[in-house]
Amino acid sequence: MDAKFDIQNLSVYFRGIHALKSISMAVPSRRILGVIGPAGSGKTTLLRALNRTNELEETTRIEGNVRMDGHDIYDPSFDVVALRRKVGIVFALPVPLPMSIYDNVTYGPTLAGSPNKQRLDMLVEKSLRDAFLWDEVKDRLTMSGLRLSGGQQQRLCLARVLAMEPDVILLDEPCSGLDPISTARIEEALTLLKKDYTIILVTNNTKQAARVADDTAFFLMGEMVELGTTDQIFTSPVQQKTNDYITGRFG
Amino acid sequence: MRIPPRFSQRLAIAFLGGATLVTLVILVAIIVFILEKGLLVLGWEFLFSSPKDMGRAGGIFPTLIGTVLLPLLAIIIATPLGVSTSVYLTEYTRESKTTRVIRFGTDCLAGIPSIIFGLFGFIFFVTTLGMGWSIMSGGLTLAFMILPTIIRTTEEAIRAVPKSYREVSFSLGATRWQTTKRVVLPNALPGILTGVMLGIGRSIGETAAVIFTAGSSLRIPESVFDSTRTMAVHFYILAREGISTENAYGTAAVLIIAVLAVNLLAYWLMNRFIARRS
Repeated sequence: MDAKFDIQNLSVYFRGIHALKSISMAVPSRRILGVIGPAGSGKTTLLRALNRTNELEETTRIEGNVRMDGHDIYDPSFDVVALRRKVGIVFALPVPLPMSIYDNVTYGPTLAGSPNKQRLDMLVEKSLRDAFLWDEVKDRLTMSGLRLSGGQQQRLCLARVLAMEPDVILLDEPCSGLDPISTARIEEALTLLKKDYTIILVTNNTKQAARVADDTAFFLMGEMVELGTTDQIFTSPVQQKTNDYITGRFG
Repeated sequence: MRIPPRFSQRLAIAFLGGATLVTLVILVAIIVFILEKGLLVLGWEFLFSSPKDMGRAGGIFPTLIGTVLLPLLAIIIATPLGVSTSVYLTEYTRESKTTRVIRFGTDCLAGIPSIIFGLFGFIFFVTTLGMGWSIMSGGLTLAFMILPTIIRTTEEAIRAVPKSYREVSFSLGATRWQTTKRVVLPNALPGILTGVMLGIGRSIGETAAVIFTAGSSLRIPESVFDSTRTMAVHFYILAREGISTENAYGTAAVLIIAVLAVNLLAYWLMNRFIARRS
């Protein structure tokens, strides 16, 4: 099992908060890693550390080491724009850009250059199909993305990330505002996508991690309490805190 | 004593509605009053012939040209400068003491009486740079006069673009400039346009700053270094020196209709733009 990310002693501070406390972990390739834990446990901060979107916040400080495919992504010579193209993120609230569905999906690919129309058309269809949205929007690609329903918007955001043909997809509680059917569609999409992508799924919904994740990490107050295969975490957790959390005793 | 909610609700409606009504009546009264007097002399002849005998007779054609050229020049100069400044201040710098000082400075500039700008324009463009009373001097002066307004309205418009749009754009591998160009500016455009419209309105109606810098020649200008007279200045001179009240009102009527037309055009353009995007 080769590691996509190798994280060593990663600490993140922002707005005077020590949000991640010396995390060390390896994220395996082409699997789904579920990250669970109560609000404020550092799950989102971890995600954002992996494509360096934490630093868009003005007062962030980062210590430690994150290697992707062996390269230190915090090295000053590392191209952060290229990193973000390889490591896509889907945020908790769906944010379609105020433009057509088609333009939303092609936003990423056209930033790097201007691929021809034919290739873009193909990319749009493939991405929307992979995000389980194609059938619902194929006849109205010129409609504004803002006019889709919440669940459709979130799948559009996923398609937009897929269109960049990234290596890694980070998902930050992607289903927190969605109904069960939309949630099921996204989970279905993720399960199919993991053969081509490394996926990290942060979720507040413990059951969701149990359903789709291959491995699960439990975070609490900025620390990683336990990491193991999903089966192991949910059937025989080593740490008492993990057991308390997944059985619903707190959080 | 407590006023019962049902009563306070009625009171609020009566007061708010009353205020709106008073405002509307005053506005409509002014427009009707001027149009009523002005439309008597208005016609193709009035619009497209040159004034005779200082404006006592004849039309206003040269002032029409001046009124188009001066604000046009002002807006062509001020819009790129103002919008670029606002983009730099909001997207490329972090909030600091310097940006606050700049913002405070622009706010102060926006509140300075236009005659001060006129005086500055007269000393700097007309005299020091030797441009004389000319469309160029006037246009530059007006540009500086409306610059603060454009900067502040653009800044507000840019700030109103949700932060999440920028975050999404960056997360998809966009550079700051790509984000500005493809997400921030298109979404701020209606607000920016409002600022530009305010600027056009102010420069069309400006007299003090224009008399000092563009002069009040009634000849048709042949280049941007010729003096010109705008409708607002023409109106001022006709009325102030008692040359012709009828022609003064005629000019005022044209001015009002022109401003109305420019605003309508801007709203139409804006709505078309918004409709195309959604």
